[in-house]
Amino acid sequence: MLVKQISVFIENKAGRLADVATCLANEGIDTRALSLADTTNFGVLRLIVDQPEKALEVLKACNFAVSITDVISVLVPDVPGGLAEVLKIFNERNLDIEYMYAFIGKESGKAIVILRVDKPEEAIEKLKDTNIF
Amino acid sequence: MQIWNPMFECMDREELRKVQSERLSSAVDRVYHNVPFYRQKMQEKGILPGDIKSVDDLKHLPFTKKQDLRDNYPFGLFATPMSEIVRIHASSGTTGKQTVVGYTRRDLDTWSEVMARTLTAAEIGRNSFLQIAYGYGLFTGGLGIHYGAEKVCASVIPISGGNTKSQLQVMQDFGTTNIACTPSYALYLAEEIEERGIDRSQLKLKTGIFGAEPWTESMRNELEERLGIKAVDIYGLSEIIGPGVAFECMSRKGLHISEDHFIPEIIDPVTGEVLEEGMEGELVFTTITKEGLPLIRYRTHDISRLSLGKCDCGRTIARMSKVTGRTDDMLIIRGVNVFPSQIESVLLETANIAPHYQLIVDRVGKLDELEVLVEMSPDLFSDEVKKLEIVEAGIKKEIQATLGISVKVRLVEPKTIARSEGKAVRVIDKRKF
Repeated sequence: MLVKQISVFIENKAGRLADVATCLANEGIDTRALSLADTTNFGVLRLIVDQPEKALEVLKACNFAVSITDVISVLVPDVPGGLAEVLKIFNERNLDIEYMYAFIGKESGKAIVILRVDKPEEAIEKLKDTNIF
Repeated sequence: MQIWNPMFECMDREELRKVQSERLSSAVDRVYHNVPFYRQKMQEKGILPGDIKSVDDLKHLPFTKKQDLRDNYPFGLFATPMSEIVRIHASSGTTGKQTVVGYTRRDLDTWSEVMARTLTAAEIGRNSFLQIAYGYGLFTGGLGIHYGAEKVCASVIPISGGNTKSQLQVMQDFGTTNIACTPSYALYLAEEIEERGIDRSQLKLKTGIFGAEPWTESMRNELEERLGIKAVDIYGLSEIIGPGVAFECMSRKGLHISEDHFIPEIIDPVTGEVLEEGMEGELVFTTITKEGLPLIRYRTHDISRLSLGKCDCGRTIARMSKVTGRTDDMLIIRGVNVFPSQIESVLLETANIAPHYQLIVDRVGKLDELEVLVEMSPDLFSDEVKKLEIVEAGIKKEIQATLGISVKVRLVEPKTIARSEGKAVRVIDKRKF
């Protein structure tokens, strides 16, 4: 399924990640998953939260450069080969993955994988006959 | 101490004033009749060429600004037909357009003459080996010094800028006695000499003539100490003629201005009023012998002081103090003129928006470094690191292409660039002059 991901621009300096977390916590926003991509000077923090639109406003108000993007969330059986099976499906449908990250979901035995593809809505269309959601 | 042209350099000041007055009125006459820009400006003020009879009348004439050169790009302020112009030089401009200057045959002779005075004052002559490590080309540094050096019969080594390894090789093998370059490059050479373990006692260096960027007395001490030389300051700007406008003698008590060619004034940069001798203000020059591009009361934006007393060396021509700063926001980085507005226009073109930016200039090791901080904006931002890196690299490439020097670019978070009274602080210069 499609989910909203929040991305935040963060300079590589002490305390900035904590600032983002505090900013969200103060507004009662729950973070479900996150990943951080970094370069020498800056990083991009990607978050899946329970109230993405609110998170967007809150972080903007705290002067962060923020964007909201559609990403694909899939359920992966927590067994050897589970992820390989899913990636095979993406590959067969020529879906190019820009980046991805995973976390253990609340449903036992399943992991949740977040995938960023170029055109998420088209991708969902191509994947609807599969059982990965 | 040797003096190239004692007649003019040591002229009685009353006598000099007569020479200046005569040359000034003829220069004003020429620009009035040959340059529409000057004719119009003088007419607006109700001044006729005949009204300017002596140096005392100079203050009635309107100022000329760098913007006027830009508005009349490229040759609009030239006072002779192009058939008389034998050389064209240019320096980097603020918005892509360069400041273009032209020389007649006689202007080149004048240039060689004032450079010959400069070099003689630094004890450079027929027994010297002068390594010219200023850039040759559109920049006036290399060729300007070159012609003066040939005039004093020095053995000229026109090596131009850069290629440190080859500079040091030549310095050792040819027995360079004098070097001409920017003071920061000289310090870099000193460092390389130490690093490569070159035996300084094998070098024949005596004096160095350094200019094109501001430098301090402590930098002079360091240069003299590390290179085992006398370090001499030279001053010039391409609009006036290039290097050779003013020079230090071995007494090093200010820079002698070749006043029989360039009349200096110190003005209040805000009111434009002429200040008395000894007061600090903006340096203004009027060229009284130039043919190709004569300039009347050209504002340099350099801050200095004038002193008219006779120097220990015997010269009577006016001396200006080492330039202590600028009245505008121009920066000199590795000898290259940089205006913050140049970077702003690059950002506008590249990123298609007017982002907040800040320039941080620092002297890292011995060389100036320019770092450009660009605030992240919603238009620039992407959740993909790859795209952000492309943005960063694109800005870097464009700025380098515009300025001609290498820069570092760093994307920073929104609203992190310090603002004073709502206005962003554009430049942080950490160098000590």
